[in-house]
Amino acid sequence: MTNSHDVVVVGGGGAGLRAAIAVAETNPALRVAVISKVYPMRSHTVSAEGGAAAVAAPDDTLDEHAYDTVSGSDWLCDQDAVEAFVAEAPRELLRLEHWGCPWSRQPDGKIAVRAFGGMKKKRTWFAADRTGFHLLHTLFQTALSYSDIVRYDEWYVTKILVDDGRAYGVVAIELATGRTETITANAVILCTGGCGRVFPFTTNANIKTGDGMALAYRAGAPLKDMEFVQYHPTGLPFTGILITEAARAEGGWLLNKEGYRYLQDYDLGTPTPEPVLRNMELGPRDRLSQAFVHEVEKGRTIDTPYGPVVLLDLRHLGAKLIDAKLPFVRELCSKYQNIDPVTELVPVRPVVHYMMGGVHTDLRGATPLDGLYAAGEVACVSINGANRLGSNSLPECLVFGNRAGRAAAVFAARYHREVPSSILAQGRDEERRLAAELGRRVEGHQRIADIRTEMQATMENGAGIYRDGDSLTKAAHELAELRLRFQHAGIDDHSTSFNTELIAWLELGFMLDVAECIIDSAALREESRGAHQRTDFPARDDERFLAHSLVRRQPDGTSRVGYLPVTITRWPPGERVYGR
Amino acid sequence: MATEITLEVARYRPGVDSEPVMQSYQVPLREHWAILDGLTYVKDHLDGTLSFRWSCRMGICGSCGMTVNGEPQLSCATFLTDYAPGPIRVEPLHNFPVIRDLVVDIDDFMTKLPKVKPWIVREVQSPVEEGEYLQTPEEMDEYQQFSMCINCMLCYSACPVYSLEPHFLGPAAIALAQRYNLDSRDEGADERRDVLSSPEGIWACTFVGECSAVCPKGVDPAGAIQRYKLTAATQSIKELLMPRSLSSRRKG
Repeated sequence: MTNSHDVVVVGGGGAGLRAAIAVAETNPALRVAVISKVYPMRSHTVSAEGGAAAVAAPDDTLDEHAYDTVSGSDWLCDQDAVEAFVAEAPRELLRLEHWGCPWSRQPDGKIAVRAFGGMKKKRTWFAADRTGFHLLHTLFQTALSYSDIVRYDEWYVTKILVDDGRAYGVVAIELATGRTETITANAVILCTGGCGRVFPFTTNANIKTGDGMALAYRAGAPLKDMEFVQYHPTGLPFTGILITEAARAEGGWLLNKEGYRYLQDYDLGTPTPEPVLRNMELGPRDRLSQAFVHEVEKGRTIDTPYGPVVLLDLRHLGAKLIDAKLPFVRELCSKYQNIDPVTELVPVRPVVHYMMGGVHTDLRGATPLDGLYAAGEVACVSINGANRLGSNSLPECLVFGNRAGRAAAVFAARYHREVPSSILAQGRDEERRLAAELGRRVEGHQRIADIRTEMQATMENGAGIYRDGDSLTKAAHELAELRLRFQHAGIDDHSTSFNTELIAWLELGFMLDVAECIIDSAALREESRGAHQRTDFPARDDERFLAHSLVRRQPDGTSRVGYLPVTITRWPPGERVYGR
Repeated sequence: MATEITLEVARYRPGVDSEPVMQSYQVPLREHWAILDGLTYVKDHLDGTLSFRWSCRMGICGSCGMTVNGEPQLSCATFLTDYAPGPIRVEPLHNFPVIRDLVVDIDDFMTKLPKVKPWIVREVQSPVEEGEYLQTPEEMDEYQQFSMCINCMLCYSACPVYSLEPHFLGPAAIALAQRYNLDSRDEGADERRDVLSSPEGIWACTFVGECSAVCPKGVDPAGAIQRYKLTAATQSIKELLMPRSLSSRRKG
């Protein structure tokens, strides 16, 4: 079966819905579709808690937001991208306000802003501590008013169709029926989010399996800066559920087992009772997660069945502030940890949270493959460089979702072509492959979950908060072996109706590709920068590595890493200074 | 404490089973394990063919609603130890067609949702350059509770009216309409009125209140419906006394 649209958006989260609306507004004549493996309001944007950064206060400036982002990125971001981002972020957040987003307000009715890690000014807009939830539902409900946006809810994309260096659509499976379809388009926008599930302990939802990264990589588009994996310093043990940075921005403290605010030992400033911007608990995420590892080494953390933890102290904030500003934190602690943060300390540990890397795009969201665009966490423009600042990712989804939507709309109209017959043939091949995989029966087969669990352990051991050449080499060997085992993984479920085992098998294939890209990129970067810390190369090396890594898939299926210079406009590389 | 607990899970595969059958699985009984952790244990280690939806596992995405021992619950926010020694009966949400195992068809809700226009309606859209529409914290409080709906469908599963009258708009859709009606930035109450006041709207509700009782986010759809009934009744009386254009700007 074949369906046809002008622009197809893959993914229905913050970036995807924003992109779809941008297409509809740029050119109402275009037929735009959103394909998502979950209903759009289930997308992982829903889990973002703390807020969205954009200059709003009279004492703040775009340059300050840009500088915080550049220094936070350890100078690996592209400064032209950052300048565009900070300039457009306020407008995007205001647009969300006009669409009904319940941003928290000051008593006079104006937007309220809060502090956030690594930011020198208060500029993080928030909707209590359910910012992502409100942002996503506002976008989804607003998108419903555009009746021309066609939705493929619960369809899973398995392949991007490419002919002569140009993307012409995708092949997807409808989960409910198992029906496969070739969905052609003159432009495709990937907005599928990140790949936290490649790691064992993550804040990411079950759906974050790097689908879009792997789809682009297999289609021939390079992935950029994949070695930069963000560990958020405060996840709940066992579940990995995120306790938002806003908890520290509102005044929370991080304590080791001696009750000591240990961050003062790691060049992050001196403790004060009130939170100070870019100081102590309001340092950047990479530095805070690294400090945790050193506390473990010093024996100053607390052992639990789910690994070592430190303690987040919110007690001094009081019930009134917690209920007003951090109600979800209280709900999550109570439900998943049996703890009331008003009276008790919250055990936390670093947890994989975000991919700085992703599909290489320019400032318009365009990948090197004609007709293929990407925005949001799946993409790497890059504004995040070696370390993303908290509350920059939601506005990134909006700013670059909008940019990619506009650019794709223009491209699809200007370069409208008949879909080549080779594309339809590719689509039929992929549909046949999927039918064959559904019937996949392998003698003495490997369990999907076992391979997935071992892959996750490999990633944690090989490419965790600290890595070295040996750990990365070992991980590369283990991944190669897991790939072989994956070839022999069978499925027990051969039903066409909501077959989640087939999807899990396809997701695992994507995750193995993404895992390999992370490991290979990390192995070649012989320096330490931001979230990529090599114990065998502890210093930043601007001479060799002030550059983006670009990993490309070779015809034989192996990866090859190259480099691309970083764009510097106004902020030459300097020292990252926090707390002094 | 026992080390295992039994999950009795409803299985249904279209084309294979003519009706749902129950299948039992032994899963580890561990502190902090949600019903969902038990189900993923089954999927990963015991039976790859069991189908269910889940994603965020933190009670915010709304994917994993199921019927647990007869009650609609988010399976990620309901814990095994609370049901020890078991067995625990896990079935799909009631009042929806079953697609497969624990997966239900919510297309009916997805079709109804746009009918209540759950978006900001204004006669004149101000350019964003002019800044935000002012809204005081007190004005936000008017609708905040109704904006917390995660569309998890627990309220539809619990609603006795929806089970008998599938045309009923249902608790979540009406609560979302009220979320916008009560938003000081919105002027769309008139446009939502016909569908809300229709026989499939608020008047179908018999105020049993089950929707509010099962809501995992404290949205109180029953309260939203009651409040709108009052508004609609007042509105009808007003319209007898004055032209619609004068009375239509009132919120709620």
